[in-house]
Amino acid sequence: MNRFAGLLDRLAYEHGRNAKLRLLTAYFRATPDPERGYALAALTGALSFPHAKPGVIRALISERTDPVLFALSYDYVGDLSETVALMWPDPKRSAAESAESHDRPGTSPSLTEVVTRLATLGKSELPGQLARWLDALDETGRWALLKLVTGALRVGVSARLAKTAVAALGDKDPDEIEILWPSFSPPYADLFAYAEGRIEKPLITDPVPFRPPMLSHAIEDGDFAKLDPADFLAEWKWDGIRVQAVAGQRAGGEHVARLYSRTGEDISPAFPDLVEALGFDGALDGELLIRREQRVQSFAVLQQRLNRKTVSAKLLAEFPAHLRVYDLLVEAGEDLREQPLSVRRGRLEALVARLASPHIDLSPSIGFADWETLAAARANPAAAGAGIDADAVEGVMIKRLNALYLPGRPKGLWWKWKRDPFVVDAVLMYAQRGHGKRSSYYSDYTFGLWTKGEAGDELVPVGKAYFGFTDAELGEIDRFVRRNTTGRFGPVREVVHEDERGLVFEVAFEGLQRSTRHRSGIAMRFPRISRLRFDKPPREADRLELLRRMLDAAEGTPSSGASAGAPAIARTGRRKGA
Amino acid sequence: MRPEELLAPSPVGLYCPAAGFHIDPLSAVDKALITHAHSDHARAGHGHVLATRETLDIMRLRLGDDFAGATQPVAYGETARLGDVTVSFHPAGHVLGSAQILIEGRGQRIVAAGDFKDQADPTCAPFVPVACDVFISEATFALPVFRHGDPAAEIQKLLRSAALFPERAHLVGAYALGKAQRLIALLRAAGYDRPIYLHGALESMTGYYAQRFNLGALRPAREAGKAELAGAIALCPPAALKDLWARRFPDPVTCFASGWMRVRARARQRGVELPLVISDHCDWDGLTRVIPATGAAEIWVTHGAEEALVHWCGTQGLRARPLHLVGYGEEEDGPVPDTGDSVQAKNGSA
Ligand SMILES: [Zn+2]
Ligand SMILES: [Zn+2]
Repeated sequence: MNRFAGLLDRLAYEHGRNAKLRLLTAYFRATPDPERGYALAALTGALSFPHAKPGVIRALISERTDPVLFALSYDYVGDLSETVALMWPDPKRSAAESAESHDRPGTSPSLTEVVTRLATLGKSELPGQLARWLDALDETGRWALLKLVTGALRVGVSARLAKTAVAALGDKDPDEIEILWPSFSPPYADLFAYAEGRIEKPLITDPVPFRPPMLSHAIEDGDFAKLDPADFLAEWKWDGIRVQAVAGQRAGGEHVARLYSRTGEDISPAFPDLVEALGFDGALDGELLIRREQRVQSFAVLQQRLNRKTVSAKLLAEFPAHLRVYDLLVEAGEDLREQPLSVRRGRLEALVARLASPHIDLSPSIGFADWETLAAARANPAAAGAGIDADAVEGVMIKRLNALYLPGRPKGLWWKWKRDPFVVDAVLMYAQRGHGKRSSYYSDYTFGLWTKGEAGDELVPVGKAYFGFTDAELGEIDRFVRRNTTGRFGPVREVVHEDERGLVFEVAFEGLQRSTRHRSGIAMRFPRISRLRFDKPPREADRLELLRRMLDAAEGTPSSGASAGAPAIARTGRRKGA
Repeated sequence: MRPEELLAPSPVGLYCPAAGFHIDPLSAVDKALITHAHSDHARAGHGHVLATRETLDIMRLRLGDDFAGATQPVAYGETARLGDVTVSFHPAGHVLGSAQILIEGRGQRIVAAGDFKDQADPTCAPFVPVACDVFISEATFALPVFRHGDPAAEIQKLLRSAALFPERAHLVGAYALGKAQRLIALLRAAGYDRPIYLHGALESMTGYYAQRFNLGALRPAREAGKAELAGAIALCPPAALKDLWARRFPDPVTCFASGWMRVRARARQRGVELPLVISDHCDWDGLTRVIPATGAAEIWVTHGAEEALVHWCGTQGLRARPLHLVGYGEEEDGPVPDTGDSVQAKNGSA
């Protein structure tokens, strides 16, 4: 565990991809099986055990520390696991100080021991076991253990990077490791053996493997001048989930189909309705969407299906899954990835036509002769071909017609050009000190919109944002918060928010969804501060009703009596720059 | 008699009315007793200064020859009479020359400990607990989350990293007085025998230490070429880590040796890639070990996390109160966007 903890600790501070890779590879090289295999599993999210709830950890620490000292420490550090890891009493010292002899701390556990034990541990045994491990580990070890058991192991390493580090053990191609990946399982002894050249390449028997997808870059204003529109295909960027649908035959002739997420996770069990429709032999790249009454629904609707744990018949009927395809990687055993997009597109169109499935259709291309026309289409998808599906459009994709299908994010071939975000003017209500780099700043903001309350108009919180501003703006907001505090609740400060006094933020966001966690009943997707409006008095900020109407329009369910005759802007919201 | 009649906080620091002296005064006074030469404790312009020989030497080095009207060196354990008060200096283990000051008079024994640590340090005399009625403790790291651990293990972290990235320089931010020289001594103790490169601001102080301790080969970084600095370990004041100065190093790994590095948010705030938890102050375990060892029934707490330490003293049946002295220590929980380094680098140690 100590070596793994040391690795995580170092990775957590390292920003450079190459340096991270070096650290990972050095660790894999120096650590024996199965320890390194469990580390790889932890980094790729392949471990499964019931996560410990924060309550368990709080209970453990409160049995061992003074509540005032814990509260002061937690407020200072800002992270529960880290606070506990740092202030966990040293059992050696406690034993030396008390007259009776304590349990001697055991030897520090290995990651293997922790992982295998967690997998079989009963719920009631967890606290005692955790405490024994914490007694035996040092600060960094305790931190890593707590992050692991609470399922919060975030050290800025993607599964892809970890696999690349394995590949680097023996100069293998990371894509090859990616493709072989499903044939291995923790603790990956065979994978390491193969990467180190100790065994032959394992045969892939899977007839429907995942293939690493091709990804795009965000386009920037300066890029257009360098690009000739005639070289490109444009299509809508759908606001769903990027998937790969693969179907084929086993050796015995039995048909198999599988749906993968962008990262190669098999998500078939959640979408039996769609998997059933995959009656082809090949691999399709496309977007998973919800389509009801011939109309693609917004992400807010898809979200409602994604949030369910069980797939009931009712859910399938209410939220039918749909696949809108834009690429064909393999057809009948023929690998098309080495063909240009123009060829693949032709084959794709023919395949979709042959399939004639109500659950699978083609993502249409957008006709355009110059970038201005495409810009107009992006600004108003409904009028440029997206029609009734326009609510599910989050931008346009621009793809080079002669580009091969290359895994990863190759430069100069695919771009995304997202629509401008929605914006509202909201009022800062509460501020909290940030975590991480910003633990000395008030950098987490709760903002609200006006609505009718019992005693006239009042502000109701609608969301939280903690980025979007520059360091200089952070300093300005921090000063404003400190000078305009009207109440304190632990680490939270209430900030003045009256008609004439307060701070207005322009908040940008990507969309809305229903939420029971917020008093307003609405949650924003990806909210961030897009502008400080020191010039604007709070009374001129937006009203909650604007968001309610937007959400109704997005869900196509005018439930709260929003009139269909309201002006378009009131129904669909305001976009930045519009 | 109440101890406050012997020694009491004043706007410029602790003051002894019976003998007319201040301890570590913040502005120029007639008579000053100085615990150690860090710039928030040792200022220029006092009429008479009483301190250890090393503290006086270092003050001269930092502040110039005429930093005080008159100076009087006091050895550890030696006593001096000032009016009807007796004072003596005892090792504080913080930096070279650092002392706790014991003030005896009117039946009271008060120890003003200045900054101190009870962890081993090859570059200064070890801390000695001094029996007293009132112990005045700093509280820089007075939260139970501050556990400094073994400095040798932190040095190993640095050496392992230097071995893994031999083409990069390891640039270690360290305070100019004490920390930098302790790091060099620790590196030498770990068997590191390559030259260690120094920022100009560290040269004279390190030279002073080098007269007493074997610090091995030291080179000014300004004279080294980029190729020579690949794989090197270089020390600089924390403020220089993000300076233009750092550009001479090939793809440097930013390291910082400080007790603050124990808390991740602190390390990230400074853009540190390799935090080294090495401190010249007591950690929580140290404070809660030292305080009972003095036998003091009353504890006065100065700069740092006073609240937590005062609370802890209460749980141990000790009378404790915060002194609220301002001007010492370096941490300020205010809006200091980015890594200005301003306050810490100028007058601090940690
Ligand atoms: Zn000091
Ligand atoms: Zn100090």
